[in-house]
Amino acid sequence: MSFSDQQELEKEIQKRCPYKIDIGAVFSHRPKDQKTVKAAAFQAQEKELVFDIDMTDYDDVRNCCSGANICDLCWPLMRIAIKVVDRALRDDFGFEHMLWVYSGRRGVHCWVCDEAARKLSQNGRTAIAEYLSVVRGGENQTKKVSLPSEDPIHPAIRHAIDIIHDHVQEYLVNKQDFLDEEEQWQKVKQLAEDFEKHGTNSKNRWAIIEKRVEQSQGKSNYPKSKNLDSEILLQFTYPRLDVNVSKGVNHLLKSPFCIHPKTGRVCVPIDTTDVDSFDPQKVPTISQLLEELDNETSDAEGKKLKDYKRTSLNGSIQVFEKFLKKLENSWKGKLLEQSDMKREF
Amino acid sequence: MDFGSGRRRTNKIKKEIKTTAYPHTLQFYKIPPTETISLQEFEEFAVERLKVLKAVETVGIKHIRSSKDYSDLLEKDIRNTGLRKILKTQKADDDSENEDVYNSRRMDHISHFILRLAYCRSEELRRWFIQQELDLLRYRFQNENKESRDTFLKQNNLNYDPISDEEKNSIFDNLASSGNAGSVKVKTTEYFKVPFTDALDLVKGRKVYLHKGLAYIACDDMVSILLTVYRTYLSHALAVTARVLPHLQEDDRLLPMLCGLSKRYLGQDYTAKKSNIGQVTAEMIDMLSKQSFPPCMQQLHHSLRQNHHMRHWGRQQYGLFLKGIGLSMEEAIKFWRTEFTKLMDGDKWDKQYSYNIRHNYGKEGKRADYTPYSCMKIIMTNHPGPGDFHGCPFRHCDADLLRQKLQTQGIAKADQEQIMNYLKGSHYQLACGSYFTATHSKVMDSGDTAPQISHPNGYFEESQRLHSGLKSQGSSTPKTPHASRQPMSQTTPSRLSQSSQPISQQVPSQVTQLSGIEEMDDDFPADVMDEMMMGVDS
Ligand code: SF4
Ligand SMILES: [Zn+2]
Repeated sequence: MSFSDQQELEKEIQKRCPYKIDIGAVFSHRPKDQKTVKAAAFQAQEKELVFDIDMTDYDDVRNCCSGANICDLCWPLMRIAIKVVDRALRDDFGFEHMLWVYSGRRGVHCWVCDEAARKLSQNGRTAIAEYLSVVRGGENQTKKVSLPSEDPIHPAIRHAIDIIHDHVQEYLVNKQDFLDEEEQWQKVKQLAEDFEKHGTNSKNRWAIIEKRVEQSQGKSNYPKSKNLDSEILLQFTYPRLDVNVSKGVNHLLKSPFCIHPKTGRVCVPIDTTDVDSFDPQKVPTISQLLEELDNETSDAEGKKLKDYKRTSLNGSIQVFEKFLKKLENSWKGKLLEQSDMKREF
Repeated sequence: MDFGSGRRRTNKIKKEIKTTAYPHTLQFYKIPPTETISLQEFEEFAVERLKVLKAVETVGIKHIRSSKDYSDLLEKDIRNTGLRKILKTQKADDDSENEDVYNSRRMDHISHFILRLAYCRSEELRRWFIQQELDLLRYRFQNENKESRDTFLKQNNLNYDPISDEEKNSIFDNLASSGNAGSVKVKTTEYFKVPFTDALDLVKGRKVYLHKGLAYIACDDMVSILLTVYRTYLSHALAVTARVLPHLQEDDRLLPMLCGLSKRYLGQDYTAKKSNIGQVTAEMIDMLSKQSFPPCMQQLHHSLRQNHHMRHWGRQQYGLFLKGIGLSMEEAIKFWRTEFTKLMDGDKWDKQYSYNIRHNYGKEGKRADYTPYSCMKIIMTNHPGPGDFHGCPFRHCDADLLRQKLQTQGIAKADQEQIMNYLKGSHYQLACGSYFTATHSKVMDSGDTAPQISHPNGYFEESQRLHSGLKSQGSSTPKTPHASRQPMSQTTPSRLSQSSQPISQQVPSQVTQLSGIEEMDDDFPADVMDEMMMGVDS
């Protein structure tokens, strides 16, 4: 379905009352007229740059759950992902309008809404997605991150490692206990030259690795160990993007504030200034919202409140409004600039 | 007044026109040629350029681009073609030289445009053509001296101002740790600030420092900017050409020739072949996979049997391969369904996956007939991630694991060594060729050279040819219809042009299918996306 303006969309939503909306690109013609216009003329004109990060892609580095399940022990992966990707989009690519949204079940989406992002070519989108991809290799490669030992590490990766460092103890060691099992420890050890030290738990094993890396600096007999700690951190925690979702302009993505059909949870925006306190388990479900709506209809002073303000969705809506406001301002600024230019002539 | 000077003047004018037509030895091929040329010249130009592009491809498989071995070999190969003069930077301005310069640039120009016509017709052809043309331009650009390079960049509006020393110093560490520079080099190199969208190749490989949307490019990397711009331009131009090509159908002399030309590279267009559909049934796959599948497909087959599941790109790579060896759509549905439903129920499978198969057979969505992936595509695109088994084992497998696998398969020590050696130089397809020889020793004569592998389906057919040849004891009519196909390395223009006849009959339908295609890189059509979304609920 396609709409030419806000009104048309609003009307249709009220009429149909959908529980899920997927959003695609802005087209030159209405897709339903596709047959009547020449194929060449029917084109996607712009679309937000989107990212899809999904917990199922981390199954080999999660000890708590797998597949579509998530829990408090693995959710930090999404926090790291948001921080790393958001930083790169902002500082490296110069984008400003990123909306991060919880998908309602097992991951997060990011919508980059800057004009430059919406107008990106397919090659441009691919290049950004690849720039942000570090964990590579299929089931036949154990080592999925390789940082060449002779070269310095690229600034973008340096920043990512810094961000990840903040989560090592809390997430990797405490929550995931990632080197506890003998098998995991053997695997990690394989990535380096032989080592004798053994260790008994995640904490002291991680310390052994850090020590090893320290020893290998400036020496040539341990070339594999030089960046071992960083490589392990990246393999275990670096964001794993679904590159194909970002590449195309034809991909559809679930709209914010939809209800996830399986969990009933609302796809709420996430405040990037406070990623750590976002908890997916606390996101309201549709039935919870309905209950809340039956509650009091006025606030303490007896003023009537807008419906959504009475629900636990209120905070999320404020995040969204803040985002829109900023977007609107930049848009206004642009219009001003344009009219200024006109006046000059 | 004397009469002699008149003649001289016309010469001079002519010369001027000629130099302005091609102001530089390199070109961007923006303006199509308008002159009329003979059919004979047409073919000759095309064949010569094709030889050059073919050389670019072969040398690129053997050596690392921009290395000394690479340029030496490529130079030697190009010298053996009719385009040898494009190698020389021309400075001399005496008349005969100039005439020469003009002619070689003209040939460069026209031959490029002829091949555009021949290679715009499918995604696979466009991909190949663009890749080789880009490599050729890179090689030629790097061969020019600094002055000439600067002129060329300027002529194409790609000149930028270098950043100041202060600016450079303020971001020194970042520059030194991005790209291949190193701190010594950063000091002496000029840097340019360009929008990151002009440097996509560098961005993609994380080979450049980015800040707030600007890429800081070292002087040596400017070639990458040039190539990015060229790629975008060429890919767009080819899409446009594909759209107007049907109008050429009226000229029945040109089309067969063009088709014949493009066949010279891919040798075989695996979509155009309908004759083998139905030759293979679901039950035969196990046997065939042991006998004739290349490692990439064996691996997929094995993982499917083991996991009763396969992720998207694996299904694409394997499904299209199976289609290419002659598995009909009905058999394909049977094959995939049987395996997947060992884990999921039939209804769910019908809903989520059967569309995908019908789609690949051109029965859904765009109704395009999708082609099996070539080695180049498998090796270069859609890198496997966690949970994936697709890709090329020679490219996407740990060396230790690969060696172990070779061992279990009983590959001789010497062959293992050779394969591993090829891998060190990133010569995946050569490694695959060695693997082929090692696993076909029973059916190959000891003197036979390894076939050059460029397509998994080519691998399969070559293997089948050898096996059936053995069974029929050297009978001159092998069973597979395309068994006469020779390894690509022996491809000679004269032999392949014979095949242009039957293939040209296929063209009209193919061309109409393609006319709607927008951008060449769109190998991920909308409806596949939709299909993927159906399977994904996050
Ligand atoms: S070289 Fe080609 S045929 Fe051989 S394994 Fe790799 S992709 Fe398959
Ligand atoms: Zn968990």
